Amino acid sequence: MGDYKFAKDKLPEVLSGLEGYKVFAPTVAGDVVRFGEIDDPSKVTLDFVNSKVPPKELMFPETETLFKYKMGDTAIEPAVPDATAKRVVFGIRPCDAMAYTLVDRLFNWDFNDPYFNNRRESTTLVGYACEKPGANCFCPSLGGAPAGEQGLDAIFYDLGDNYYLKTLTDKGEEFAKAAGGALEAAGDADKKAAEVQADAALKAIKRSVDTEGIPENLPSLYDDAFWEQFSDRCLGCGICTFLCPTCHCFDIQDEIERYDGRRARMWDSCMFSEYTLHTSGHNPRPTRKERTRNRVTHKYSYFPSKFEVIACVGCGRCTGNCPENIDLIDILEKSKEAAGKEAKSA
Amino acid sequence: MMEISNPYLPYIVNIEDAWYETPVGDRAVKTFKVNFEDEKVWETWNHRPGNCAMVGRLGIGESMFCISSSPTEEGYLRFSIMNSGGKVTSALHQLEAGEKMTVRGPLGNAFPMEEWEGKNIISIGGGIGQAPLRPVVNYVRANKDKYGELTVIYGARTSDLHCFKPEFEEITAEGNACHLSVDVEEEGWDHFVGFVPDLLMDVKPSPENAIAVTCGPPILIKFVTQNLEKLGFTPDQIYTTLEERMKCGIGKCGRCNVGNMYVCKDGPVFSYATLKEIPEAFA
Repeated sequence: MGDYKFAKDKLPEVLSGLEGYKVFAPTVAGDVVRFGEIDDPSKVTLDFVNSKVPPKELMFPETETLFKYKMGDTAIEPAVPDATAKRVVFGIRPCDAMAYTLVDRLFNWDFNDPYFNNRRESTTLVGYACEKPGANCFCPSLGGAPAGEQGLDAIFYDLGDNYYLKTLTDKGEEFAKAAGGALEAAGDADKKAAEVQADAALKAIKRSVDTEGIPENLPSLYDDAFWEQFSDRCLGCGICTFLCPTCHCFDIQDEIERYDGRRARMWDSCMFSEYTLHTSGHNPRPTRKERTRNRVTHKYSYFPSKFEVIACVGCGRCTGNCPENIDLIDILEKSKEAAGKEAKSA
Repeated sequence: MMEISNPYLPYIVNIEDAWYETPVGDRAVKTFKVNFEDEKVWETWNHRPGNCAMVGRLGIGESMFCISSSPTEEGYLRFSIMNSGGKVTSALHQLEAGEKMTVRGPLGNAFPMEEWEGKNIISIGGGIGQAPLRPVVNYVRANKDKYGELTVIYGARTSDLHCFKPEFEEITAEGNACHLSVDVEEEGWDHFVGFVPDLLMDVKPSPENAIAVTCGPPILIKFVTQNLEKLGFTPDQIYTTLEERMKCGIGKCGRCNVGNMYVCKDGPVFSYATLKEIPEAFA
């Protein structure tokens, strides 16, 4: 695939020249960086580590209509997004792109989800290699990297005065063609500089966890008091799940306004009691202990047992945004110790 | 399983008939006999005993229910629904023959009826728990030559609360064993008095070349399973169905997992051999 570069001050020109694409990029919204469709390329910011809200909402919106209907009528009008309406997500971090590839498996086992799939299909992902990882980043532990390419169609690096753009797929190459005149060919020196930067960023990652054995061992802690040391502090706010790029759970609700009805799905969280509450009043996960256990065990054991991959990309958002400083890596490390004890006493 | 291009879109069904199985009131059970508004759906519809479907109303929502008719009962589907006081079951209970509801399915796995050919089938149910067992019983009745003996064991708190009453007489008249019970003595009741697990011990079915399927409240499933083991049934001869809160019914929305199994898709039918390995199955 191709190697390109463009001067940093040409970024607005590159983005505004993308004929036929809807462009999604990070901008400052209130006091956080968030991805959204842009109308003014000059507002795009690349000055962030991980956006507070992951761009999962671009494939799986916080609330989306599944279909519409009129009250009193039985005609159902699906609201499936158009798979041919081309979109580009510019500046997505490698971990967030990798997250899509994990959630792909969930949205396509046996039943294909046309809402998620059509957005994925119509979207070109242009990643932004991380130069300075965040304090809680641990993507290499999950098979990612600050300049990881999983799920991306192209990736660009900040090389001081220029951005170096490497295309990885046909979609990425098509994006480069659309950017057209603003791009020039990159040389070996640019490629070399990108490699050096990727190595340096990888070395700058401070946190890690050895996942070896975790998927096999977590279920043995099902009845263990282990979980209480974390769940006792948990407020049940659900931020760890809302801001997780691989969390995919949703609720489905009907909404009516006069005669206009819609069935919609919206993000839900396994950290809420109502998530599993039966109509009878029985709740199979009645306290935060069971809910914390399910969140971690689902990501690190149930999901890999079904889909061959841990449902975590090591972005560190759950840890960094928890109001009680509940630390996922800490849970994982301590789970190994607890599982060891469990095995001895068994 | 049929191909559904958009698995979130329901079919519209016409309610051809609707009746109460139990006295009207709290937790009443109402059966709906329905047919697709678009009869062409039958060309691709293919359900098996044990499969479920999302049943609902536009503007209200949908919940997961077992399809309580066997595929051998052609030209209609049946759902027997308890009014649990929730939004969906309350709204469904308001519906009568001539009205419409929505059905999305078939969903979930099924009882391995082919694998069980040649075996004796023992159905052990309590209350509304008979709804997922009814398709098994009726499938075996319709394919008599393929199975051994059929034994139906069923009970409820009172005889009023027995679902599918007229069918038990038919089952007996066809020469099958049918044992009914009520939890407490009542006037005019000359069958067994006691809980279903006790009725099971009274009947004492042989485990030889047999499969036991059971469904009812969790406490019934627990003691029936224990008693079946006492009678010599091995865990792989015992089957049940589970239920959890569900939204999507297709293994995506997350909530119905017990351990690494999604009840909506990997279930609802599980052998006791499988469930024994999942502590959350009994949570």
